[in-house]
Amino acid sequence: MDTVFGIPGGSVLPLYHELAVASIRHILTRHEQAAAHAADGYARASGKPGVCIATSGPGATNLVTGIANAYMDSIPLVAITGQVSVAMIGRDSFQEADITGITLPVTKANYLVKNVHDLAATIHEAFYIATTGRPGPVLIDIPKDITTQRALFRYPPKLHLPGYRCKVQPHALQVAQAAAAIGAAEKPLLFIGGGVITSGAHEEVRQLAEGQDIPVVMSMMGKGGFPETHPLFAGMVGMHGTAAANYAMCETDLLIGVGVRFDDRVTGKVEAFAPKAKIIHIDIDAAEIGKVVQAHIPIVSDARQGLAAILEKLPGKGEHQAWRQQIRRWQEENPLRYEKGGLKPQYVLEELYNLTKGQAIICTDVGQHQMWAVQYYPLSRPRTFLSSCGLGTMGFGVPAAMGAAVARPGETVVVITGDGSFQMNIQELATISHYQLPVKIIIMNNGYLGMVRQWQEFFFDRRYAYSEMLGNPDFVKVAEAYRIPGRLVNESREVVPALEEALAAEGPFLVDVRIDREENVYPMVPPGGTLNKMVTGGKGA
Amino acid sequence: MAQGNSGRTGARAVIEALLDEGVELVFGYPGGAVLPLYHELARTPIRHILVRQEQNAVHAASGYARTSGRTGVCFATSGPGATNLVTGIATAYMDSVPVVIFTGQVPTRMVGSDAFQETDITGITIPITKHNYLVKDVEELPRIVKEAFYIASTGRPGPVLVDIPKDVALAPCRAPVPDRVELRGYKPTYQGHPGQLRALARSLGEAERPLIFAGGGVQVSRAEDYLRQIVEKLQIPVVTSLTGLGSFPEDNPLSLGMVGLHGKPCANHALMECDFLMGLGVRFDDRVTGALEKFAPRARIAHVDIDPAEIGKNVRVDLPLVGDISCILKELLPLVEPAGHGPWLKRIKELRNLYPLTYGRGGEVRPQWVIERLGEMTRGQAIITTDVGQHQMWAALFYGFTEPRTFISSCGLGTMGYGLPAAVGAVLARPDKQVWLITGDGSFQMSMAELGTAREQGLPLKILLFNNHSLAMVRQLQHFYYERQYTAIEFTGNPDFVRLAECYGAEGLRISKQEEVVPVLARAMGNDRLTLIECLISPEEIVYPMVPEGAALDEMILPE
Amino acid sequence: MKRTLSVLVENRPGVLSRVAGLFSRRGYNIDSLAVGRTENPAISRMTIVVDGDEQIIEQVGKQLNKLIDVIKISDITNDPYVGRELILIKVNADPSVRGEIMQIVDIFRARIVDIARNSLIIEATGDADKIDAIENSLRPFGIREVVRTGKIAMLRGAKTRGMEASGNGTGE
Repeated sequence: MDTVFGIPGGSVLPLYHELAVASIRHILTRHEQAAAHAADGYARASGKPGVCIATSGPGATNLVTGIANAYMDSIPLVAITGQVSVAMIGRDSFQEADITGITLPVTKANYLVKNVHDLAATIHEAFYIATTGRPGPVLIDIPKDITTQRALFRYPPKLHLPGYRCKVQPHALQVAQAAAAIGAAEKPLLFIGGGVITSGAHEEVRQLAEGQDIPVVMSMMGKGGFPETHPLFAGMVGMHGTAAANYAMCETDLLIGVGVRFDDRVTGKVEAFAPKAKIIHIDIDAAEIGKVVQAHIPIVSDARQGLAAILEKLPGKGEHQAWRQQIRRWQEENPLRYEKGGLKPQYVLEELYNLTKGQAIICTDVGQHQMWAVQYYPLSRPRTFLSSCGLGTMGFGVPAAMGAAVARPGETVVVITGDGSFQMNIQELATISHYQLPVKIIIMNNGYLGMVRQWQEFFFDRRYAYSEMLGNPDFVKVAEAYRIPGRLVNESREVVPALEEALAAEGPFLVDVRIDREENVYPMVPPGGTLNKMVTGGKGA
Repeated sequence: MAQGNSGRTGARAVIEALLDEGVELVFGYPGGAVLPLYHELARTPIRHILVRQEQNAVHAASGYARTSGRTGVCFATSGPGATNLVTGIATAYMDSVPVVIFTGQVPTRMVGSDAFQETDITGITIPITKHNYLVKDVEELPRIVKEAFYIASTGRPGPVLVDIPKDVALAPCRAPVPDRVELRGYKPTYQGHPGQLRALARSLGEAERPLIFAGGGVQVSRAEDYLRQIVEKLQIPVVTSLTGLGSFPEDNPLSLGMVGLHGKPCANHALMECDFLMGLGVRFDDRVTGALEKFAPRARIAHVDIDPAEIGKNVRVDLPLVGDISCILKELLPLVEPAGHGPWLKRIKELRNLYPLTYGRGGEVRPQWVIERLGEMTRGQAIITTDVGQHQMWAALFYGFTEPRTFISSCGLGTMGYGLPAAVGAVLARPDKQVWLITGDGSFQMSMAELGTAREQGLPLKILLFNNHSLAMVRQLQHFYYERQYTAIEFTGNPDFVRLAECYGAEGLRISKQEEVVPVLARAMGNDRLTLIECLISPEEIVYPMVPEGAALDEMILPE
Repeated sequence: MKRTLSVLVENRPGVLSRVAGLFSRRGYNIDSLAVGRTENPAISRMTIVVDGDEQIIEQVGKQLNKLIDVIKISDITNDPYVGRELILIKVNADPSVRGEIMQIVDIFRARIVDIARNSLIIEATGDADKIDAIENSLRPFGIREVVRTGKIAMLRGAKTRGMEASGNGTGE
């Protein structure tokens, strides 16, 4: 552990007192939620567990969204909260909240430490549970009097967790079945998700795809797990996936899901999902298998181990030329496209891609810009796309980028956000300014909660009920109030110079892009629809 | 494909129920799962306030509720929208504020499948709501909404959450909104027990050094007038908790102000010397009692509260009385004889002289002095919302509250970031009043995005921001308890708050010298715009008095 | 001090987690908790055995009473009531010791509900002391597995409910 994110407060002061003399870097955020998101971003970017600290009561409750967010995306996060002294618990004391009760549904495990002698073992366990198996957030709630008592801090030699089994070897028989199925398939499709990133299986994915000539699609969590510029890559699937990926999903005869959970944003109407396919599902979490779609060949294991085992059984090369060409045709017939003219967010992303040569770490918030970022900024390296995929948390982007900037110094870290999302953690400009974190913030500003507006346009008679954001500040001036330089972009021709300036700046930079206000995200599969019935642009639904 | 169904949907039934309850304002933030509710809301005269983060929707609804005495309402979507509410709900719960929260949820068939933006918000909020509902049958929706308002606003008020899956909101609904609520498990007690009432009257008559300790419950039950009558008839001095500020006018000679950890010296001493303490709508929080075993050592304690679970929870009570404070004081009035308590009041006067409220050392501009001036200039009649930290205590100690429902602050949970959204709610509830937010640089940044809301709604809020570039209450604790080792409290990345305010179209003013205080406050009071005053103060200011951990209330640390 | 509370609650999803959450949040110790439907399908009864001093028990009652889904709480500890627990014990039983085991079963008026080659499952009901006693008596044979319910309780006689702990602090 080298960095923690947090905010001090009464009941967590003993911890801070010790932190000050330890060689751990502390990043003081301006809201605890941002501390949790920053630790989450740190974990996503580095592969190491993120750590955040908050005080009892409101400090702890402010973490809830950040913890829930990490939980939905399986991010290893250890949250440490102060609590009122043991004798005060349960009496509605000042700044008391039952944070272990509150976070029960959104943590992998949580602890209220009532004995100082349990502390070492608990911390050890927490990190172990957070980082192994399917990773996730773990919370440790430590009453103030526990942190001031003395105890020998010694990690126990062995953890005793009879209810937690996280090391699972792929089952040989199922591996053999999977290999045979791959050998026999005519239209196989690899579908990669967050598990590929977590387990570092990107090399195995590439070997399987290239060796057996299998096209690859991804969930949003899988972005970066396979080079998107690769000829075998067909795009993201799901509600805002590419036409080729969604058509492929509907036509494949063998779907190899690796570290995915068949979320509703991916499957659309479950009954009509991958209707012609046999399904291989590799996941470390046995509970994911069969949860949404029935897998014909389930493999409970780490994505990397599972793929490696399958690769061993597939020494020869495969060839699926017709299938590959079919997908290529779909891609050519249905490219991602947008109407030119005006100031288009897609154009901004394309230029950003050109200027950064596709090598930036992209952090997004949630909304239309998130989908545009997925679509128009192809990535090729794992741990370079940081986005709240499962919980869809607006406000994630900026603090996550702070975590990424701390974890990966020297890399270009860009936040793609919207005016709505950005304001959810706008105060973190102070943290960025304080630590001079070189985060580049690009706001796709349309003065709307754009995704909400789009849904209202499509599904709610164009009644834009309270989705317009009036009262927005001039974001460039706001940045300047924090001594962060910024640039306002009103026209297309200003995009490249502004991005160049942002990227050239040594420290943080903010670009406020006033995009076309009613630009929509296409394609779109209406919620609960089948994947091959997309709305593919043009006007209206 | 259109989801904005005509016909009477669950969503429309909810909105009908809101109209039925007389709801005039909803604070919220739209998102996928709650869109059906928004679709219907937009057709009604109910005003919607779009906040910048859901947490602030609850805070604003809470500020509205506390100022107006009505129930606050907010809307949020599923997943992060719902989890963002948690701090706001917990804050309202700890201060017993009536708020009804509607969250969208993923469609019923997807509940439990980790769907996009799905969170078990009813599970999460069990510990911090008075009650909550996950609605699975559309025909139950009208009844549940009715119940939610009833539960939130009666007995000891509190937040109630109603989680509505999207398919339920879109389903046709035939059930009418019921006329009345039938709840087997919920029957709050309002009338006091006659025997106990007589005992209380007797004890008050026998006491030589009685003291009234008024808390938030007094204002919840609108008992301020009865309280004043009792006080005047019996000549009993009054101390208040933090939530009790405003329940008894501080310009009344019998008012001693706030007690507790940072209580006024004479209030704390009076509490230690009294022989009979009548707690009204208080919960004897640890910030009030100091060391429990040394609390009010000479006093018999009577405790009047609508929540029986509060009685005997923290301190031993000699005379419990469960019921509504208005009801009880009204019935008590004819049972007591007028009294003078001359020697006791003389002693109180002595205490005032012996232990005046003073500032201690500090920088060029003294925050205490600034707040005193603000109190004078607004004649103690503005609505003051605060955040949490040193400034909260200074506001409580130095403003001088004279009217009920004018001190709006997160007292129980101590939530930084409460003040600005609460002020938004307060000014919407009382457009006739001047609303001031007293805040600090740390707290303000936790919800400063709401400047956008204030601007959008054209709210003429006044913000007095004490900037010491640090978390100074934390610094104060480190000063006293952690060998003056100041860790993680310095805010070097603070913005220029005046410029920041200007970005939101507000008037930005700055105070850096004492002589600027009065003119700048006057200027802010004179305009009708959103105004922010940045007041630069020293991070070395200390909130005095301060009762050290484990000490009795009269063992305060006072300025040298 | 152990107290037995008989609690009527609305038969709704989530009631159990509300009650269990309250105990853990307030730091009360639950000894056992059993819940099931009553004669009215809309209402369930929980029998909760709590450990704590008088002040804690009073708080437990009052706090439980604040839950909207809790209809009524009776502390029946000092009333005459029938209290029962159920235990299932899987015990090693090769043919040589079966006779001995069956004697014990008879003494406790328990029943054998499953027979395998080398083991038996024994079912017993009774108060906690009796259940402890039968478990102890069978221990020498080698207990493989024990499943035990919490206590359920019912007032003796025609009375259907006991003293209310509704916690109106005024007392009667």
